[in-house]
Formats: sequence, structure tokens, C-alpha cells
Amino acid sequence: MRAQVWGCRGSLATPGADTVRYGGNTSCVEVQLESGETLVLDAGTGMRSLGVEMMRDLPAEIHVLLTHLHLDHLQGLGFFRPLFQAGTTVHLWGPASPVQSLAERIALYLSPPLFPVRLTDIPARVVFHDEPDDLTIGSASIRASKVAHQGPTVGYRIEEAGRTLAYIPDHEPSPGGRLDDQPAEWISGHDVAHGADVLFHDAQYGDDEYPTHVGWGHSCIDHVIGFAQKADVGTLLLFHHDPYHTDEELELLLADARRRWNGDGDRVGLAREGMTVELDRGGVRISG
Amino acid sequence: MSGATSGDTAAKSLPLILARELAANLATPMFLLDSAGMLVFYNDAAALLIGKPFGELDTLSGVEFGGLLQLCDPDGEPVRGRDTPSGIAYFERRPGHKTLVATGFDGVRRTVNATAYPLFATADELHGVVTVFWPAEAP
Repeated sequence: MRAQVWGCRGSLATPGADTVRYGGNTSCVEVQLESGETLVLDAGTGMRSLGVEMMRDLPAEIHVLLTHLHLDHLQGLGFFRPLFQAGTTVHLWGPASPVQSLAERIALYLSPPLFPVRLTDIPARVVFHDEPDDLTIGSASIRASKVAHQGPTVGYRIEEAGRTLAYIPDHEPSPGGRLDDQPAEWISGHDVAHGADVLFHDAQYGDDEYPTHVGWGHSCIDHVIGFAQKADVGTLLLFHHDPYHTDEELELLLADARRRWNGDGDRVGLAREGMTVELDRGGVRISG
Repeated sequence: MSGATSGDTAAKSLPLILARELAANLATPMFLLDSAGMLVFYNDAAALLIGKPFGELDTLSGVEFGGLLQLCDPDGEPVRGRDTPSGIAYFERRPGHKTLVATGFDGVRRTVNATAYPLFATADELHGVVTVFWPAEAP
């Protein structure tokens, strides 16, 4: 599979001179499977430019896998051009709530007064899949598991050709606490990330910022390093960058993370717009 | 109440993980049963009343746990596991509340008030049971 980052900012789109290197668009990652299917992880503002690119050779079916429905993971959906092409089928996978279906929840955004076009007026055929669990799309086996954030949220584990990509963009695995002494089976998201070749993971806060954000649903560097090491991931890509963090500040966080990764800090990187990650039998290659 | 064990290393469901996180941060004694009715955690505050840390306990079900504590009512009549608050929450899928007398591992008999409720992620998907208890004489 080949993943490309179209947005890795958290919470709010943040264009500007201070965010040029890592990008200001919110969460969206395209995954091309070996079998030809296209997955889109989250529908943040990065989805707008992905949609423009996809129009060059529009697939008949697109699978959008939503982790949750906070606006920074949903706002790009209304600007995703393939949705406005009759004849295209867009599968929307994502968590329902205990009282509302996925379609009902998404319609809260895709309807006036928040958006001019109603979900029911979209030309493409939209198929909703509530509460994904274990699913197969093309050559990929995909697992969605609930993770600790704010409200119903899942992380995705995508396995294909002996390689595993894990995506947990919003996650607070141990609110207010540490992971060191927690048994693995009691750590939120461990089953998604365990043994993954590449993990995209929430790294919103520096450790000094976390105490005033406990319970907001995001990780600090201490959390993400502890989580990734316990899960024995191959490469960790810090994701969901705080909208207040400049490029320079992100690089300081990266340096901190690399110091903490025992002995092999090169296995930690910062996700950036345009980054590609190829995973196949030949190994893992990251570029961009 | 049988099936999974507290030594089971399968990933726990998120509602159970969050309940354990809550319990670990409370000074109110609390214990958790999983969806198979197994005792999977109690917090330090509970350990003080039970007389033994959770980590020193063998794998056991909620019913077995109640048996070890020799639960009875204030008149001294034994209370069956399924008639305890956690048993009511697990077997009848509804909240339960009772005053019970429990004998801790330290041999001390304590009168406690106990309240339990089932953890449902959806209307019919039981993830476990949360039980809080506290000394009956406490305000």
C-alpha cells in the first residue's frame, strides 16, 4: 500500500508562513491499496486538494474511513469533488453514537445552517457503514477499534501484503496518567497499533502543555512515545499537530521525542503534507 | 459468570478501559466485572476495605469474589452472588443497591453500602459492571 498525507494539522486548519513545512490542513491521509482500491482516512480540510487530484482519474468507488466526527476530521467532506459526481460511489465508514446513526450525525454538519448542501442532495451514491469493526476492502484487512478521545472515536489498523499501517490521529491513551505500568491489554488503542510497521499518532502537546489539557482527548510526547514503544511499532509519525505550533516548535517536539526513543530516534518523524509512505514486501519507504 | 479471566490478555473494550481509568483515580472503593462476569479490577481504595491488593488475587469470577467475602445481609443471612448489587447488574442488566456485610481478607467484618450498574455501549451490548461501595457508617 501507499499512503500520502494531505493534512496532518489538528483541531483547526492553520495556513501561514509558520506552518509551511508541515502544512496547515487538517487530518486526511490517502491510502492506495495494491488491489487498486482507494481509502481516505478522515475528511479534514486536506480532503479538498485530494479530491481535486482524484478527479484526474476518478475511481468508481472510494472508501472514506472516519475516525470520528469532530469538524477537523469532517470539514473537507463538503468540498470533496468526487461527492459531486453522479456515478461515483462513496462509502463512508465511521462510528455511530449510542443514540444516532453515522448518517444522522454527519447530516448535522452537511445541512443548513452549517452547510448549504444537504447530504441527501449530493449527486454521488453515498453508502453509510456504522460501527466498522473487522472489514475487508480489496486486498486489505482493516480493523477499527474504539479509542479514548472525546466521544465515539476509532483507530484504524490496515494490513496488506504482510505490512501494517496504523492510524490513531486523536487519542489520549491514559488521561492524566502514565503508561509505563499499564498492562498492554488495558491500554486504549494497543490492539490497533501493536506491531505496526508505521503508526500515525496524535502528538498534539508538549509535555509542558499537557497538564492544562488533561481530558481534552490528545496525547503529549511522553504519551505517544510510551504508547508506540509499548506497541512495538517500527516507525512512529507524529500527527495532529497543534494549531498553535509553528514549524520550528514542531521540530523541537520531534527532537524531544527522538531523545526519548531508546537508542533509535530515527524511527520517529513528523508527518507533513505531501509525505508518502510505501509499505510492501520490500519494506517501508518514507519520502516527501 | 464464567469465560474470560482477569488474566486474559485480550484487548479490553474501551468502556471497560475508561471505567478502570476512572476507578484508578478515585478514592471511592470500586471494582469492575467484565462482560463474562469476571473480576478484572478493583482500585486501591477497595483494597483497603477488602484487605488485599488486586494484584495478589487469583483469577476469579464476580460470584466467586462475593463468596470469598462471605457476603451476608445485616441480619446475617447469606446473600447469593446473583442477588448482590453486582449480580443484579450483571444478570438482570439493571442497577442494584444493597447494604451488605462483607468479611475482608484481613478477617474484619464490615457493613458496606454497595451500588452497581451495568456498562452498556449500545442498548444490548454489555461490556461489564461497575460497583462502588463504602462503609455504611460513613456520612
